[in-house]
This record gives sequence, C-alpha cells and structure tokens, in this order.
Amino acid sequence: MAQLIKNGAPAADTWTTLELADGESPESVPLPAGDVIFPLAVWQARKAEIAARPRIGLQLQSADRVEDVADDLASFAIIAVHFPKFVDGRGYSTAALLRQRYGYTGELRAVGDVLHDQLFFMRRVGFDSYALKDGKSLPYAIEVGFKPFSNTYQGATDQAQPYFRRRA
Amino acid sequence: MYKYDAIDRQLINERVAQFRDQVRRWKAGELSDDEFRPLRLQNGLYIQRHAPMFRIAVPYGMMNSAQLRTLAKVARKYDRGYGHFTTRHNLQLNWPKIEDVPEILAELAEVEMHAIQTSGNCLRNITTDQFAGVAADELIDPRPLAEIMRQWTTFHPEFAFLPRKFKIAISGTRDDRTVTWFHDIGLRLKQIDGQVGFTVIVGGGLGRTPVRGEIVRDFLPWQDILSYCEAILRVYNRYGRRDNAYKARIKILVQSLGIDAFREQVEAEWAHGRGGPMTITQAEYDRVAAHFTAPAYEAVGEVELPVDKAFQRWLERNTQAHKMAGYTAVTLSLKQHGVAPGDITSEQMEIVADLADRYSFGELRISHEQNIILADVKKSDLPDVWQKAKAAGLATPNIGLLTSIICCPGGDFCDLANAKSIPIATAIQARFDDLDYLFDIGDLDLNISGCMNACGHHHVGHIGVLGVDKNNDEFYQVTLGGRQGNEAKLGKVIGPSFSAGEMPDAIEKIIKVYLENRHADERFLDTFDRIGIDPFKNRVYEGRAHGKAKTAEVEAA
Repeated sequence: MAQLIKNGAPAADTWTTLELADGESPESVPLPAGDVIFPLAVWQARKAEIAARPRIGLQLQSADRVEDVADDLASFAIIAVHFPKFVDGRGYSTAALLRQRYGYTGELRAVGDVLHDQLFFMRRVGFDSYALKDGKSLPYAIEVGFKPFSNTYQGATDQAQPYFRRRA
Repeated sequence: MYKYDAIDRQLINERVAQFRDQVRRWKAGELSDDEFRPLRLQNGLYIQRHAPMFRIAVPYGMMNSAQLRTLAKVARKYDRGYGHFTTRHNLQLNWPKIEDVPEILAELAEVEMHAIQTSGNCLRNITTDQFAGVAADELIDPRPLAEIMRQWTTFHPEFAFLPRKFKIAISGTRDDRTVTWFHDIGLRLKQIDGQVGFTVIVGGGLGRTPVRGEIVRDFLPWQDILSYCEAILRVYNRYGRRDNAYKARIKILVQSLGIDAFREQVEAEWAHGRGGPMTITQAEYDRVAAHFTAPAYEAVGEVELPVDKAFQRWLERNTQAHKMAGYTAVTLSLKQHGVAPGDITSEQMEIVADLADRYSFGELRISHEQNIILADVKKSDLPDVWQKAKAAGLATPNIGLLTSIICCPGGDFCDLANAKSIPIATAIQARFDDLDYLFDIGDLDLNISGCMNACGHHHVGHIGVLGVDKNNDEFYQVTLGGRQGNEAKLGKVIGPSFSAGEMPDAIEKIIKVYLENRHADERFLDTFDRIGIDPFKNRVYEGRAHGKAKTAEVEAA
C-alpha cells in the first residue's frame, strides 16, 4: 500500500485498482464492484459494461497514448498514471497532455515508483494526488517535497505563463 | 554578460538547499543509491574511477573574472588545484568529495554559477560560439537566446527524465563553430527577407552511433524556438527508446521513423504550442539582450605591432577577426605541449581573470575546443597580453594546428573510457614540438576520445583517434577526413587499430603523405579530399605485420 497525498495532506485511498493476473484477459477478467481503477485495455474492451457505474477510474501505463482515450475523459473521476520506474519520464507528458490539451479536470494521480524528489515536477505538469512509495517519509514529502523552488521559468499546467510573461 | 535578477538568484540558492538535503538523505539511507543517482547527476556529480567527478556549467561559455576566480578558489580548496574544460562549456573537477559538493555549489551560487543539469538524462547546458557578439561573420548575437533557453531548460518539469541526455547548440554566424550538425538539436541562424530565424537540425550526435543531424525545419522564426523545441522534446519523451541506453538518444528515434515521419509528428505537436505562451516576446528578448551590449570600446586606429617572429606566430594563430576596428579576440591556448588538453591550474585561472580585468572588460569565454577567449582586446595591448600569457604557459601558438588537440579525460580519470587519451595527446605533441614544422603543416584538427562515447569529438577531427579495448589492451583507431563547420561530416576509419606506442609514428606518416602530395595553399583536408584515403592507408600500414605474421610477432615478443 502506497501512502496517498491529496490536497497537501495524507489521505485514505478509496479506490481499488484492477490488475490483470497471469492468464486473465481484458475481455474476461471479472470486474470487481465498488470504485475501481481499470487498466486501459479493460476499459476499451468492456466500456459498455463499465460505463453505467457512478464513478470510474482509469489507469494509464507509461506507453499508453492519451489520444486513444481522449474522447472518453468525461467518464473518469480519476486517472492514475503509472511510473514503472521514477526515471521513466513519459508520465509527465501524459499528464501535461491530459490537462493542457484534452481538458481533463478530474483527479490525476501519480502511482508506481513515486518519490519525494519528483513531486515538484509532478505537481507542475498537473498531478493532484500522489501515491508516495512505501518506506518514504510522508510528512517530510508533504512539508518540503512540493516546493523546492519558489518560482518557475517555464509555462506548465500549474502556471501556463512562463516567468518572462509574468515579470513586473 | 547576463546578470541574475532576484528570481534567478533565488532559484539557484534553492537548488543548493535542495541538493544539500538530498545528500543528507542519501547519507542517512533515506535515498537509495539508485534513487540518488539521477539527482546527483543532474547536479553534475558522477562517481568515477578515483573519486567523484564534478561538472560545473559555464552556460554558453560566458564567464566574468569573478566567476573564474571562484573556480580557481574552489579547485584549490576542494580539489587538487586544477580543473578541466570540456567540449561543452563545462569545467570538470576530478577529485572532490561528495560531501563537499553542497558547499561548492553554495560558493558557486554566490557568483551566479551552478552545476544544474550538467549531466543526467535531461536538458543539458546550451552551447554556442565562443566568438559570439564579436565575430566579424556574425549575423545575430546568439547569447540572448541562449540565456532565454538556459532559463527555459532549468528544472523543466516535463523533460527532467528523458530517455537519454539532450544537447542543444545555437549558432548565429555564417560559419558554424558550434557543431550544430552533431547535436540533439542544432539551431543555425537563417534569415529570410530580413526575418531572423533558425534552421532546425535534429538527431545529430557523436557517441557510439555517430549520426549527422537532419533538417526538421528549414526556417523557424526566433520567437518560436522554445515552443518548437518543446514539440520535439515531447515527441522524444513519449516515443524515444527506454529499453536500451545505447539506443535511447533522439538520433535513433529520428533514424527509425525517418526524418519525414518524425517531422510530421513534431509539426502536429507544434500546431498546439505554436503562438502559445512559450512564444518569446520582444520585451523579453530586449531585456536579456540589454545584458549583452557591446562594451565601451575606444576609438582606436590600427597599430604597429612588433615583428618578432614568436609574437607574429602567436598573432597568426591565436587572434581572431573582430567586428570592431582596433580590437581582436585572443585565444589563450590550453593546449600547451605536455599538459593534458583543456586542463588549467588555479594559478592560471587567476592570471586569466587578471588579464580579463585589465585587457578585456572583465569577461572571457571558453570554447568547445577547450581554450579560453579574451574577446575584446585592444590590438595595442597584444604585446603585453602575449608576454603575460606566455609567462603563464597560455600562449602556445597552436590554435587550429595539429597540437591543439581536443581530448577527453580518458582512461586516466574516466570510468567509461576504454583507453587513455591524455598520454596519446602528449606523445603526439612531443613528436610535433617543432614550431616551424607545426606551422608548415598548417590547419589541422586532431581529436582524441578514450571511448566510443566520443567526448573528444574524434569523429569530426580531420584526424580522429578513438581508444578501443582489445582483450584488455588499449588500442587506437584512426579516422581521417572528419570535420566540423557548415560541411560537417564524419571521418573514415583508415584501417586496423594501433598500439599507444605506434601512434606518434602513425600520425607522422599521415602528415608525411599530406606534405608530399599537397598543392600550394592546400590544407590537410583539401589534400585528403583530393587524393582520398588510400595513399594514407598504404603508407601507414606499409611493411606492418598483420594476420599470421602479426600473431607470430606477438608470440615471439
């Protein structure tokens, strides 16, 4: 169980993430009840079954293309972007595209190898919840992890205007 | 040059605090080695053969005298009293302690210096022309845009964890001196109907798979360089290979897609960012450009200079045409024979800082050829500058000549190296120590890398030398005909590799072939292009044992 950070505070995770076990296929895996985060392949294969649920979550792997799910974004209460290793930076572009290009406004959660020193970058591209890896200090991450820098040069999701357009 | 404002200063101070805390957590076991590695790399810190290696950024090569004095102090206090200038506008220290690096960074921050993103799989230091702002053939000064790009790359949230390192060079002259054909992105000035912009070259690189870049966009207005680079980077970040570090550079992606398909993706991506907030404003350009105005040149006429032969030689090789009458740009050679190319002691740094203060408005530059430039020296001051530089071992008149070797630290220092490079450089310098001979040979770039990562740019040397490992022995592969500049291309391998001991002879034979075959006014490269590689090959391997004879020789030894 990772340690969830939401709105700058520890939070309980109310979602279950569906993972395909060996031998299970997106077409046949049993769909659990409750608030479930579905892999992209399951969502694509079983959209009709899932769509009636009141709250739906989606998980994107780092190689999954945002474009493939762009028309469905209004269906999701949460999108979890998985970082298989923290040095795999594809999830940052995934998040930036979801927020900036496709206007996704629901919860955007970083999951997987989520560490203290990447929280600043994650917040900037548009994540708003973070499943911090176990064994890492949650209070310390919340206290200093998000704000190593008091200003930023580039435009990003959190601040579309680069610093040079905000100079007095 | 650019002076930090309050925000620039605050951000590098915050960077020091952040890294101090990261080192603390690593020492306390809160960060694993694997978790710490990218963090220290993005602060220029490698763990190397003998000690950590620490790489300090000199953004686009510009420095003032106070900064150089601080580098001298840091090298003396935390290292062994010398540093090594690299081919990408950095200073490397080879022996600092990891625990000292936060302190070093704090001292650097006081003079507006840092080590941000000098290594790691991220946006690296922006490089440009060492003669920017003073070159006679310059169309626009690239430094304001280079500074705007420095700020844009700093802590970019989307591109901090790319598949591999990413290097950008920007050039504003007719003659390219920044190796734009061999960068991940090369921006080359282009003007259309008075509109200033760039030709965008992508996917070039040296390293183990040397590739000349390809033009992804023929003309890009200067206002659009950030948004366009972001489009390229987003395509690369999403689709560059991450399964194999040797195939992770953008050049591999460009090669596998083909430039046309790659361009299509970039242009589709750029359609969204084009004209958006990352478009550079005239106000921002003007604000930054105001830092790079011409110094207070005096109106001076031409002067009579001494006819002393040694001085004239230095004048011929180590000074450069200047846009201002009565001024010149002086190159201080860090290629003194017998000293590791690019190395400089703390004492020399202080002398250079004094020279800069006294003769060149307190500023200096470092070049990708690993030399130092005083960009604005009055011609009437040249005899004084020469005397002082000579006394400090900084006036070897060999710029552009065979002994002005570009060379990486090699196997003496670097973990990646297959072979030593510095002893090869010094052995060649010793062989060609006669200045008359050296001048007779004329323009010649000799570049040496200790491994296929090509930090010594061997592929683009007229003569390139690459260290290779054969059964745990160090050998050297020689290439001929490589070049940088507008017509940049890769050298051709001449044949089987040589032992270290054979290298000076091999180089001498190559030179002999040139001297015997050259027409009047032909440089080495001209002769090579005319007669091809075979005459060189035949001479170098003439009578050389190979195959069974070689094996027998080795067994007999």
